[in-house]
Amino acid sequence: MTRPVALLLALIALAVPLSLLAGRVWFDPFSELSSNALIILTELRLPRAVLAVTLGAGLGAAGAAMQGYLRNPLADPGLFGIAPGAALGAVLSFWTGWASTAWVLPLFALAGAAGAMALLGLIAGRTGSVMLFTLAGMMIASLAGALMSLAISLSPTPFAMSEIVTWLMGALADRSWHEVWFAVPLTLLGISLLLLAGRALDALSLGEAAARSLGVDPARLQLLMIAGVGLTVGAGVAAAGIIGFVGLIVPHLLRRFTDRRPSSLILPSALAGALLLLVADSLCRVLPLASELRLGIALSLLGAPFFLGLLLQMRRGLA
Amino acid sequence: MTLSTLDLILPARLAGVSVDFQPGQVTAICGPNGAGKSSLLGCLAGLIPPGQGEVTLDQTPLSAFQPRTRAQAIGYLPQQGELAWDISVETLASLGRLPWNAGAQADANAVAAALDALDLEAFRQRPVSSLSGGERARALLARVLAGEPRWLLADEPLANLDLAHQLALLGQFRKLAASGVGVVLVLHDLAQAINHADRVVVLDAGQVAADGPPEQALAAAVIERVWKVSARWLGEPGQRALSI
Repeated sequence: MTRPVALLLALIALAVPLSLLAGRVWFDPFSELSSNALIILTELRLPRAVLAVTLGAGLGAAGAAMQGYLRNPLADPGLFGIAPGAALGAVLSFWTGWASTAWVLPLFALAGAAGAMALLGLIAGRTGSVMLFTLAGMMIASLAGALMSLAISLSPTPFAMSEIVTWLMGALADRSWHEVWFAVPLTLLGISLLLLAGRALDALSLGEAAARSLGVDPARLQLLMIAGVGLTVGAGVAAAGIIGFVGLIVPHLLRRFTDRRPSSLILPSALAGALLLLVADSLCRVLPLASELRLGIALSLLGAPFFLGLLLQMRRGLA
Repeated sequence: MTLSTLDLILPARLAGVSVDFQPGQVTAICGPNGAGKSSLLGCLAGLIPPGQGEVTLDQTPLSAFQPRTRAQAIGYLPQQGELAWDISVETLASLGRLPWNAGAQADANAVAAALDALDLEAFRQRPVSSLSGGERARALLARVLAGEPRWLLADEPLANLDLAHQLALLGQFRKLAASGVGVVLVLHDLAQAINHADRVVVLDAGQVAADGPPEQALAAAVIERVWKVSARWLGEPGQRALSI
């Protein structure tokens, strides 16, 4: 186990109990808990912490794998159009009127993600070409985005519209074990597939031709990427709405602490993503605002200046 | 131990190419732009499936090999020395071990041997971005050597290198051939081909225009016919210079 991995594991082990204590109501770990407190702890905060760790890990791993696959440090799991596909599915579930029923929204979102994945696979076909794949992903993302706007603008009631828009902003508030039961296995499966793709991603650092000469099967790699990113991002959107920037920032920050091979970045990025989402979600909960800050908004507020700083740094490098 | 093509046809690229390559030799593929040199090399590396005809390795069609088994036998150095991430020289060389599953010790030994062969020991931990052009070319070659291939295919390996580095790299290819590796190079510089190759294959419009010992395959008459340039060779064999 490398040093960054050990350090990140230790930090997560520290952050999880802290996040359980923090919130509107603070718990004192040294006094006995009332039955209400116990319910808050086991039915609200624990699933929320588990979800934050799971989704953060999925987004971090997907981001690291995407940057490796596209050989671009600015790539983000959103580029494949899977998150917009899942969001479109979720928006459509509001149309059915049963979105508040526990399983309907996640099921629709997962179906949307699966649809985007299938479309990607169909368009890119068996060529395994990275460029074709990226263009297909961007096309699907903009198509799903347009359909989503259409669905929102035609929404049956203003109430439904505000519900959709709020949901899209991404949050872990009021999530329960329901979401945990599907998000955890799907995300773990997705991360394992991305880890399987690691060696092929390393070879891809040398360009597509050299990677193939090293025995990489581009079609298999593409399949692993679609399934791995699709499962992690799809499960994430289904459980919490759209949460951006984690997949972009985390691998970028961690790359300098690894040997810079894509395969050695996936696991640390998963752990750091888990930590980032857990901490950000806990902060959202304790900030003294009238209503809780949405996690998706908070991360974008955090992410945009970070990205700007990155650009300025790059500009200095170019000057 | 042969690598051969039989009547290789690739629409608009190759029009029936049959060549046998020999291990322990440096073979140069020469020809004007668009003659099909890189396509032939791509077919030999198993990267481009031929439209018709066949590439065979030890009498077995290349398409019948598992990609990994093929990659263990044939190393390919692409023309653009693309490298997406700023990894260290040692990490770069270790990428050449990907087709193998020989264990950490064997991998480390092969990487060390490749770095040693190319005088890169001192650069082990250096990020590739800090290397000069010549050092970078050597580091990229170390990646291929670490894979211990029996065949080395390189697409214009001398491009963008100054004369001293060109000669140093050609020396490496000669040493590899001496150790039994079959080296196939696409070369633009006819003087380097005639002086340093054991054999030259001249391609013209997707067909073999000449094939044989360098002095013969690159004779003035061939150059005039294929490159449409009248030229003559000066100097002694091994130290030829082209006068145009």
